[in-house]
Amino acid sequence: MSTQDNRDKNQGDKNQVETTGHVWDENLQEYNNPLPRWWLWGFYATVVFALVYWLIYPAWPIGDTFTKGFATITYEVDGEERTTHWNTRALLARDMQTGEYAVRQREMLEQVAAQDYETILADADSMSFVNAYAQGSFGTWCAACHQVGGAGVIGQYPNLRNDHWKWGGTVDQIEQTIREGRLGYMPGYRNTLSSDQLNEVAAYVLALNDYDVDADMADAGERIFTGMEGGCFQCHGEEGQGLASQGAPNLTNNLWGLIDVPGAESDSERLRLVSNFIRDGIQREMPGFADRLSDDEIKMLTAYVHSLGGGQ
Amino acid sequence: MKHESVETNAGLLIILTLAVISVGGLVEIVPLFYIDDTIEEVDGVRPYTPLEQRGRDIFVREGCYTCHSQMVRPFRDEMLRYGHYSLAAESMYDHPFQWGSKRTGPDLARVGGKYSNEWQVQHLIDPQSLVPESIMPGYPWLATTPLDYSDVAARMRALKRVGVPYSITEEEYEANVEKFGEEHARMFDINNAEEMLIEQAQAENFDGDSSFISEMDAMVAYLQVLGTMVDFSEYDDGHFAEFR
Repeated sequence: MSTQDNRDKNQGDKNQVETTGHVWDENLQEYNNPLPRWWLWGFYATVVFALVYWLIYPAWPIGDTFTKGFATITYEVDGEERTTHWNTRALLARDMQTGEYAVRQREMLEQVAAQDYETILADADSMSFVNAYAQGSFGTWCAACHQVGGAGVIGQYPNLRNDHWKWGGTVDQIEQTIREGRLGYMPGYRNTLSSDQLNEVAAYVLALNDYDVDADMADAGERIFTGMEGGCFQCHGEEGQGLASQGAPNLTNNLWGLIDVPGAESDSERLRLVSNFIRDGIQREMPGFADRLSDDEIKMLTAYVHSLGGGQ
Repeated sequence: MKHESVETNAGLLIILTLAVISVGGLVEIVPLFYIDDTIEEVDGVRPYTPLEQRGRDIFVREGCYTCHSQMVRPFRDEMLRYGHYSLAAESMYDHPFQWGSKRTGPDLARVGGKYSNEWQVQHLIDPQSLVPESIMPGYPWLATTPLDYSDVAARMRALKRVGVPYSITEEEYEANVEKFGEEHARMFDINNAEEMLIEQAQAENFDGDSSFISEMDAMVAYLQVLGTMVDFSEYDDGHFAEFR
């Protein structure tokens, strides 16, 4: 359409369309075009919608209360049905009880709760539920320290994916750990052993893990380890095999959670790491979760942790 | 009033425009102050102790709210992840509230007691050392900066003016003893604010370093109390639905 045509069209409209009657600057006028029909009816529809909404849902404040609306929600409290006006909190309460996923979850929870560990671990159906559920619980409660997936942090939090356990890796031991927490403690030997003796014990511990060390040093270390001078055997055992009741780890499997022995760059560095560790000792605490998690959740977390790779 | 007199008078137009658009806000906000059920009836909610309050100030100062909300909404997924949905009553002594509207990090409304003090300290110093995939920046200076508590009484007086029941007179103190118990009422006494702050920091030693009171002490004290004041096991599923 050419400019000329447009101008003609506007000229034509001007004669037909009503104006508001306002005139500025001598000849500047305002058209009074009616609103489009679709817009107008849309507007009326929203007005009607609002009126209906006010009747159904909580809406208008009146003094110290408000109109509650006619819609209701029924949910259960302690076995009794309770009906209240519609609101999101009641909606949530009902959803947590009778929602599709809540019901399915409860069925699975009942199934798992009725089974013992042996059955759960062997039952693919239960295990797939346990994995899905416990992964969430683990992420919420455990991953902050043990990391997502349970690999832990060397020097701080134990790895749960290998078969190296301080407090034991059977389901009963894992459950006890989660339920009651653990207080791990090894005293520092800085005042008990000389630095030469510390090195000797370190050499012995390294020898237990098949590292090449000075044989004389290792022999001297063994005497300290298994004798009353060091007394290491009281917790770690005569063979260094560990003692779950004391949280004393196995020292012979070349798995290291607190010092990065395999990552050490030289033999002397390795010896220094172990020696310093014996010198300083360590104290660590895992909190108990009996007060925070339900029995079912603890059961599923136990099965989940057991299945991460190291369950015994 | 004639249409033309409004359209040709800019000052009047501004005033009338403001009057019209404020109606929307007024009808939604003002009634909340008069409706009885706005703040739920619930036991346990109390003002912050001086140390927690200073921690809260640091929380605001460091802009934690730009990534962390403090508002668990009444949805199934949030309830399963964070715990019970937040109540209006739980932030009745918050000025300003920290509900937030941005969750780059997780919601913190129920973070209190979830992790140990040691974890919180380590995490604030270097978040990636505990959560490798985290994008949270570290706040190592909190552990090394002594907490400035010289003005804590003045801060509490300011909060008292906007309605937080810290006490100055003997009468107010007795009212707090009645309402919150003596142990807490002592903490809310503005006259002893500094002593109380020091007492709590030394007794609980949140940052594990007892040689001085650091900003970390205050911050962890605050984080550890978040969402822990109400014992939800005392209330049935429907109790709080009655208020909405």
